[in-house]
Amino acid sequence: MDTNTDTHRTIDAVWRIESPRLIAGLTRIVRDVGLAEDFAQDALVAALEQWPESGIPVNPGAWLMATAKHRAIDHFRRNTLLDRKHEELGRELGTKEMTAPDLDSALDDDVGDDLLRLVFISCHPVLSTDAQVALTLRLIGGLTTDEIARAFLVPEPTIAQRIVRAKRTLAEKRVPFEVPRRAELASRLASVLGVIYLIFNEGYSATAGDDWMRPALCEDALRLGRILAGLAPQESEVHGLVALMEIQASRSRARSGPSGEPILLFDQNRAHWDQLLIQRGLTALALAEKLSSKNLRPTKPDTERLPGQGPYALQAQIAACHARARTPAETDWPRIVTLYTTLARIAPSPVVELNRAVAVGMAFGPAAGLELVDALTADRSLQNYHLLPSVRGDLLKKLSRFDEARAEFARAASLTQNVRERTLLLQRAQACLT
Amino acid sequence: MRFMMIVKHPEKQGPPPKELMDAIAILAEEEAKAGSMLGNGGLGPTALGARVRLSGGRVTVTDGPFTEAKEVIGGYAQFELKSKEEAVESAVRFMELHKKYWPSFEGETEVRQMFDPEDFAQCAKAAPEKEAVST
Repeated sequence: MDTNTDTHRTIDAVWRIESPRLIAGLTRIVRDVGLAEDFAQDALVAALEQWPESGIPVNPGAWLMATAKHRAIDHFRRNTLLDRKHEELGRELGTKEMTAPDLDSALDDDVGDDLLRLVFISCHPVLSTDAQVALTLRLIGGLTTDEIARAFLVPEPTIAQRIVRAKRTLAEKRVPFEVPRRAELASRLASVLGVIYLIFNEGYSATAGDDWMRPALCEDALRLGRILAGLAPQESEVHGLVALMEIQASRSRARSGPSGEPILLFDQNRAHWDQLLIQRGLTALALAEKLSSKNLRPTKPDTERLPGQGPYALQAQIAACHARARTPAETDWPRIVTLYTTLARIAPSPVVELNRAVAVGMAFGPAAGLELVDALTADRSLQNYHLLPSVRGDLLKKLSRFDEARAEFARAASLTQNVRERTLLLQRAQACLT
Repeated sequence: MRFMMIVKHPEKQGPPPKELMDAIAILAEEEAKAGSMLGNGGLGPTALGARVRLSGGRVTVTDGPFTEAKEVIGGYAQFELKSKEEAVESAVRFMELHKKYWPSFEGETEVRQMFDPEDFAQCAKAAPEKEAVST
């Protein structure tokens, strides 16, 4: 590899590290995400031109910021000049305010706050979920549109379009660049957490395609979660989500076999679970629990938040039950049932109910689990959810009702869009014949 | 991609100045907040350690200090990053802090990609081909 390519690859690396903070700082100054990204891109182009000659600066982040800032000043100076001409044309306007913001004082503010504002603006409810995901990965995750497109198996122009439209929407709706106020914070934070967890889940169990997992998406989501935990350290649910993702991700290595086939939780080699991630997860969970118990104090006039633990911390606790069990037999199923029951109360959903049925089946026998699953078969929202017949098949098999079990696995296989998962389900159907 | 950064230096340089430790703490906090650094640790003097060596079919234990070693491992950190270039960039930042706060420091940060079992399997598959080319 020649040195020029080397420098370009280093610039790529620097860009990924620096771009979120760069764009965040610029957005506060120019009050427009699209414009901010343009200036940041200008700085990147300047780096690509100059660094191969001059070498990488000692503080590349500061270099990029200074260059982008100059572009911003040029831009506003031009605009101010234009405005002056307009002014001369129409004197009646009277005294005109400077349109260029105070760049120097603006730049001195805490970058962390800017990044948090950028997170909130990327996940703003005026945007569709697809747009929130794309914009978050692009602006906070530092991914290229091409990388996002590949991750979600859609054509690159689709993602590019989505991002352009999202930025236009934010500008048109004049979405303020700010951290939401108390009354709004809980619901806005929930939507940020939702976007990050959606990215994680798409990586953890891909809904479509040839791969069972897309680890890069999990890593991106984890990174976003950790960033958010650093930005909003007082929010219990942020740590809850991070804990959940760290513990789930700890199993990545054990979740697929040599040729990429899925391996289910109970068949996994637990020695392959990543203990560093488990430790990080348990630490984050302890922090989430500590913060949420603080919020229980009756003196706190905070009615927006649910008392006790939020849904992510609860799911993290469930994941922790698995992480702590050295063998499947050591799993504390009654505790998992209790946790799912609490979760079903604060965040009711048929999917949670289905998971609860699995736990009940493990804790109190397959017949008890099947009873709960059968109650769910009428639920319309689960009509095409492949895990319902998959779980039902599993319970029927344990009850030695093999013909019914086989039919359920076959049905589950017909419902999943993921090739690897379909193969596994067909194998399980086949196994019921013998 | 998971990376292990291993810091190596001559042991007789003495303890790092407080200014450096403070600057490293700030960098570590930034990197943890950026979601890239998963964990780190510093190692005590080799005088408190030991080496357990297998050679010629014999396992021998030697207590520290490792006086004959030119450089010893002083600390390590684990990172989750997109590329080797990002890892190198992170190591450069770390060494720049040494340059600034401990100018007399001599040493290196070794950047190594961590492997999963399947990575080793792939390497094993790739290796014979390489040999075939070179011979």
